[in-house]
Amino acid sequence: MHGLEFDVAHTLAGSLVLASLMLIYQDRLYALLNVYALHAFVLALSVAWQAFIQHAPHLYVTATIALIFKAIIIPVALHRIIVRLGIHREIENVVGVGLTMIAGIGLVALSMVVMLRVTPGADPLAREDLAFALSVVLLGLLIMVTRRNAVSQVVGFMSLENGLVLAATGAKGMPLVVEISVAFSVLIAFIVIGIFLFRIRERFDSVDVGVLDQFRGERR
Amino acid sequence: MTLVRDLISQGLQMLLVLLLAPLLTGFIRKLKAQLLRRQGPPLLQPYRDLVRLMRKEVVLAEQASWLFRVIPYIIFAGTWVAASLVPTFGSGLLFSWSADLIAIIALLGSARFFLALAGMDVGTAFGGIGSSREVMIASLAEPAILITVFAVAMIAGSTQLSTIAEFMGSSAVGLRVSLGLALVALIIVAIAENGRIPVDNPATHLELTMVHEAMVLEYSGRHLALIDLSSQLKLLLYVSLIACMFMPWGAAEPRAGNLALAVGALTYIGKLMTCGILLAVFETSIAKMRVFRIPEFLGAALMLALLATLLRFVSGSL
Amino acid sequence: MMHAALWSVAVLLALAPAGIALSMLKHGSAILYGACLVVTSALVAIAILNLLDPAHPVLNATLPIGLPWLGAHFRIDPLAAFFLVVVNLGGAAASLFALGYGRHEDSPGRVLPFYPAYLAGMNIVVLSDDAFSFLVAWEFMSLTSWALVVSRHREAENVRAGYVYLLMASFGTLALLLAFGVLGGGGHYDFTAIRAAHPSAGVAGAVLLLALVGAGSKAGVVPLHAWLPLAHPAAPSHVSGLMSGVMTKVAVYGFVRIVFDLLGQPEWWWSMVVLAVGGITAVMGVLYALMQHDLKRLLAYHTVENIGIIYIGLGLALAFNAHGMPSAAALALTAGLLHVFNHSVFKSLLFFGSGAVLNATGERDMEHLGGLIHRMPQTAFAFLVGCVAISALPPLNGFVSEWLTFQAILLSPQLPSWGLKFLVPAVGALLALSAALAAACFVKAFGISFLGRARTEAAANASEADSASLSSMLFLALLCLIAGILPGIFIDSLAPVVSTLVGVSMPHQIGLDWLTVVPIAESRSSYNGLLVFLFVTFTGTLAAYAIHRLASDKLRRAPPWDCGYPDPDPAIQYTASSFAQPIRRVYGTTVFAAREIGEMPPPGSAAPARLHVELHDLIWEALYAPIAKVITFATERINILQFLTIRRYLTLVFVALVLLLLVLAI
Repeated sequence: MHGLEFDVAHTLAGSLVLASLMLIYQDRLYALLNVYALHAFVLALSVAWQAFIQHAPHLYVTATIALIFKAIIIPVALHRIIVRLGIHREIENVVGVGLTMIAGIGLVALSMVVMLRVTPGADPLAREDLAFALSVVLLGLLIMVTRRNAVSQVVGFMSLENGLVLAATGAKGMPLVVEISVAFSVLIAFIVIGIFLFRIRERFDSVDVGVLDQFRGERR
Repeated sequence: MTLVRDLISQGLQMLLVLLLAPLLTGFIRKLKAQLLRRQGPPLLQPYRDLVRLMRKEVVLAEQASWLFRVIPYIIFAGTWVAASLVPTFGSGLLFSWSADLIAIIALLGSARFFLALAGMDVGTAFGGIGSSREVMIASLAEPAILITVFAVAMIAGSTQLSTIAEFMGSSAVGLRVSLGLALVALIIVAIAENGRIPVDNPATHLELTMVHEAMVLEYSGRHLALIDLSSQLKLLLYVSLIACMFMPWGAAEPRAGNLALAVGALTYIGKLMTCGILLAVFETSIAKMRVFRIPEFLGAALMLALLATLLRFVSGSL
Repeated sequence: MMHAALWSVAVLLALAPAGIALSMLKHGSAILYGACLVVTSALVAIAILNLLDPAHPVLNATLPIGLPWLGAHFRIDPLAAFFLVVVNLGGAAASLFALGYGRHEDSPGRVLPFYPAYLAGMNIVVLSDDAFSFLVAWEFMSLTSWALVVSRHREAENVRAGYVYLLMASFGTLALLLAFGVLGGGGHYDFTAIRAAHPSAGVAGAVLLLALVGAGSKAGVVPLHAWLPLAHPAAPSHVSGLMSGVMTKVAVYGFVRIVFDLLGQPEWWWSMVVLAVGGITAVMGVLYALMQHDLKRLLAYHTVENIGIIYIGLGLALAFNAHGMPSAAALALTAGLLHVFNHSVFKSLLFFGSGAVLNATGERDMEHLGGLIHRMPQTAFAFLVGCVAISALPPLNGFVSEWLTFQAILLSPQLPSWGLKFLVPAVGALLALSAALAAACFVKAFGISFLGRARTEAAANASEADSASLSSMLFLALLCLIAGILPGIFIDSLAPVVSTLVGVSMPHQIGLDWLTVVPIAESRSSYNGLLVFLFVTFTGTLAAYAIHRLASDKLRRAPPWDCGYPDPDPAIQYTASSFAQPIRRVYGTTVFAAREIGEMPPPGSAAPARLHVELHDLIWEALYAPIAKVITFATERINILQFLTIRRYLTLVFVALVLLLLVLAI
């Protein structure tokens, strides 16, 4: 209907939403980091494709930044922090995975409704891409809200960042300087959070946000 | 003349699925063994196993009822009829209008209902384990596949498998997000329904890891042969389903000539091999899940299918 | 024909006082139930003749009883004819069953007079053409069924069940009274006048909600379902079958009559309420059913699920109607009404089966049964057919109505409303989920009660049911099969009903090749139950024959294998709660606040470990218990009025008089 280019762009945006849902599903910390690396990789692909069809070569730089920093360096660094601090490697949830996924689907539906009703006159493809980007942002927030482990909250924050980048590249004409500043802010946030994690660990001997390490045993 | 030809084509399809099912299982087993650096059983071993079982005497538990003896035939009949209605080499099946995709899934559901009853019949604890876990898995797998069918049917405009297969083969379908999500959901459900790793281990005999094996523990002889053949047919059915919906290239059009049918048959065998290789690699690289992680796994499939349907409802092009 | 119908109902009413006398005779119950069987069969014949009559006549009659300026109006139109078929078919099957079952009734004087009155009440509700006779008949139906529920009054739980039932029934009638009052019809309460008056949108919305509450509480929609699992099991089994299979359908009739017939063109939001209610009811009903180990209570909760499915069909029909898609509305309405018929058939069958089991073993608890397939083979077979039918498995009838509902859902992307765009897929998912859970529930019900080994002496010594009960059950099982393999006949008989309500009907089904069912268009979807049934039977017998001839047909009996650890104790088998445990783990924590508490004995002690499962009925605790507390609190305060002195009473009267005079003055 709209040509192969837009279909591929949509598919990549949809895959990003799928990767966010996979982030919700994980219950082990290393697996979460791997899925986050996949998330960033899909984002890099999506941005590169947008660069291709919009004929905007500066977006290739954004894609490379996403690939190198977010898909490789940050997951590796977080991996090493986990090993060094000896952080508890199971992710504790506030509510079960099932309910979180239902909430996730509800959020995707909500963002679709909002986007498609608020922008009736805009280009239909841009609207749908924006709807997907908003879903990724909301899902990132959901991850932050429903996890007790600080590292998983950081990952949620990063995936939220990815959603914003997707939105920015979907709308044509965003200058590169914003991209670089966004990437740097992520880096700085990560350093700060790393320092905080160290502090929390020293103080409380654990980084389990909220309840300290308790043996929970089998779920009721 | 066309009626006779169509009848022969339908009959060929029925025979083909019956003959190919053990071969697919043998192929996957051999490949898994090779990936684990073992020799593995010969490719034709499942055929030999079936023939050997058929010739053996049935040892029936003293408290088994008439239902226990009839159920293997019911399961086999249901699965075979369902498998013969899924397009393999060509999409113009004569009786495809008698049962659409929802009816095919429900036929498989009937087979599973009776299998769960068989597990309860002898009155042992193992049968209870198998049946209770199986219905738990089914309670999530069946809605997931039904919603996937909805998503695909809304895009293709019909629930008839032949129409869907033809639509997917034509150029009218683009690359859609809903179809991608539906494919992922269908793969997850196919793994669950066929009892492959990570949901169930088809080679296990430990009660902690059994679902399917626990229900058929008391079966022997020709009954066990029929049940094994039915599960092999079910695997072939799901692979054919994925192939005809998401890999439609090369399938023969209805009323096509003999050459097109031959090409269709060859491409079908190629698709079977591809899916077999992918399944074997997947099973070897991942561990079996805890039983109570399976509902979350299937719940994820249900959510993805629901998302695919939602996207279709909300926007025509997605 | 109208007069024949009215005379039959009058005969039923006359049988009620005769029942008092008959209960003292030795074969009195057989005579009474036989008479009921004859009358209800006559009514079925009358209704079928009316339904199949190509002229679709509408018959009227007015009797000079009831309110003096109104009289009592009666009418048979296609909708009433269809529900007359449902009611009286259930009544005939129940009467046939009771010919055998009723012999075991220990106090027939409490059951026999009310049974024909109950049948008569249900018939009058369907026949009524004015609000007054409708409501009087509705109350009469509730009261007679209440009498039947408390007929075994020595058990405390039956008395409590009757109490809750009476409260909920009165609440429902109040809601319906308000609904009819608001509808008014300009002071005339007959339906023709109400149909002619067109209420405003706000009034119509209020009537919809009141009808949903009133008729819904009798049908058993969540959260008004609480009385159903208490009352239905407490009644004698043939009455339970009637209450679950038939009375809930009379409630659906009330809803359809008010909303589709009397209210006219629906608003956009009505369907959303009905769909949401239907979806939640379906899933909650089946989840509750899965947690039960009392066979009859499981069946009662399952009725709640099927009512949810019917309401989903009705909601879809309202949605399509409101947005001007009449053929899709016809499909959805046909699906809902077909499920009304199907459910009454297989639910009656299942309740009769559990009644036969109760008679033979004295047990309703599944955890005391087991192995009944050996002792009661024909009952087991009929029950199995009922289980397969209710789990919506082809080629039986439950699948056909589910399939039609799914086809209707697949038509709904064309609906323009945003709310519906999100609600319908969610409801579709809930429907699919409830269908899968229903299959799980009935594997449990049949597997634990009939399969395996007997868990108690009573189950080991059970004997087969008598021939009247068996013939009733087998007849219903046969009907399940016929409705599954020849659904076109039933869809076409529903055509006049649907066309009177939404204007068009589904395409004509009989006459299509090979008796296929094509709901919309051939390219879109089709289903042929007969071919599927024939294929499956043919391949099964072919396989059996081929294997027995070519391979081996030897067989030998031996102790079970059981992985090498066979245990002779039947207590090693799975119980109902253990079967439901995986599903309880998945859904229980959210829906039931389920907790499993294990008490382990200290090391070295030989005492057994105990597992305790705690389930909360959250709807009861959140909705009913607080209301009960508030009412008890208020009544205790007001109770002081009972104990005042004479002087205080006089003061009250005096103050009231003065107040009224003041009001008159101002």
